[in-house]
Amino acid sequence: MRKIFITLFSALLFTFVLSAQGHEGHDHDDQTTHEHADATEHDDHGCACHHDEKYDAGATAFHHIADANTFRIWGDLYLPLPCILYAPEAGLSTFMSSKFELGGHGDGTKAIDRFVLHHGTVMRVADDKFPMGEVAVECFTSRKEGDEDVFQVIYQGQCYDLHKKSTLDGGVLGGGITSYYDFSITKNVFTMILGLILLLWLFGSAAKAYTTRDGQAPKGAQSFLEPVFVFIRDEVAIPFLGDKYEKYLPFLMSIFFFILGMNLIGQIPFFPGSGNVTGNLAVTMALTLFVFIIVQFSGNKHYWEHIFWMPGVPAWVKIILTPVEVLGVFIKPVTLMLRLFANITAGHIVIIIFVSLIFIFGDAGESVAGSIGGGIIAVPLTLFMMAIELLVAFIQAFVFCILAASYLGAATEEHHSEHH
Amino acid sequence: MTGTLAALGAGLAVIGAGIGIGNIGAKAMEAIARQPEAVGDIRSNMILMAALVEGAALIVIILAFFVK
Repeated sequence: MRKIFITLFSALLFTFVLSAQGHEGHDHDDQTTHEHADATEHDDHGCACHHDEKYDAGATAFHHIADANTFRIWGDLYLPLPCILYAPEAGLSTFMSSKFELGGHGDGTKAIDRFVLHHGTVMRVADDKFPMGEVAVECFTSRKEGDEDVFQVIYQGQCYDLHKKSTLDGGVLGGGITSYYDFSITKNVFTMILGLILLLWLFGSAAKAYTTRDGQAPKGAQSFLEPVFVFIRDEVAIPFLGDKYEKYLPFLMSIFFFILGMNLIGQIPFFPGSGNVTGNLAVTMALTLFVFIIVQFSGNKHYWEHIFWMPGVPAWVKIILTPVEVLGVFIKPVTLMLRLFANITAGHIVIIIFVSLIFIFGDAGESVAGSIGGGIIAVPLTLFMMAIELLVAFIQAFVFCILAASYLGAATEEHHSEHH
Repeated sequence: MTGTLAALGAGLAVIGAGIGIGNIGAKAMEAIARQPEAVGDIRSNMILMAALVEGAALIVIILAFFVK
């Protein structure tokens, strides 16, 4: 057992340090160009291609937790994902993300209908002078506008501003107004489809086992799913929902296993996993929206009475209490959304920062001794964090489910105690 | 400068959450020692309460990330 552990440990260390050295090779060449890139950076016409700045752990972490239009399998091998992009003045563009012809750092070397791929994300050129159709672009840079970075693409020695990453609301709820909409099958959507297939297969086989192996001991997927299912039913659904639990059980189970599945897939550090689905605000918002709508529609007379005119308290207290209760209706789902998002995102960031220690100590691959030293520190910390994250994956799924059940329970409670 | 302040704010939030979760854990242990047969109920309520406290802290941490 001890031998296995030591082997595993050194194998991980070796992989980490090796990848740090792999990084070095191509960062080393950039080091010379980097010096004068700094000098021209603040020029008005700083349109020369300059390479990436020094290794930035924070930027790496944010890049890794963000959704992307590409999915890296290994090294420079990317899984092509369909891009479905809509810009009001140019109409719909659909193509595979491989058409961008990825170069280093997830940057596309082609622009298609003014769409470019920057750090794995599709962005749109905000300039009418930029040609439509397929053209080769040189590289990406950025300029400061106040506090914000505006990304730019360089095409034929000329800088063109890029619009911010699109959001489904067109940027109304933060992120700024964008000129395009991105309906692509992104990394996260791909991971969700994968998780869906996996869950359907697992539950399909478990459900079939109840008819074919009726009365026998559970086997295979069934023996893992049954205790979890029974636990959620007995510890979450029944205590909070009482006799009406059967009506809401399918919803609670779907939410629990979706979050659990996505959390666990996100924990896998290589290809089919690594999509940060439950650490994406849009995903948790959609989940919470379901909870919110179901709670409001199943709320009975008592629920609304307690919000708008709390019984059993003096009138002047009611005037204070009503706005608080009405706010509470919205704050509850918002905290539900933020809790899951923040927990999973924080976990991913911490793991990436620990792995980044190798690059920080190794001076982005400059010193081998530093990389090894960083690796010796990073491997146990990463292993520890991953173990914690495994626990968090279960706890957060459970907490989301139990809170959804408690909101549902509060909304559907029939009887009413005298004291409030 | 605002970045430093945001980091300090995140630190303060963590102190608050630490005290809160510590209290929850301590009281839960005490309750389990008093009534070992209620361990299941206490445990799930403890996790629920810890998640609520932690949620408040995490919201601050995320805010600190986005304040530049």
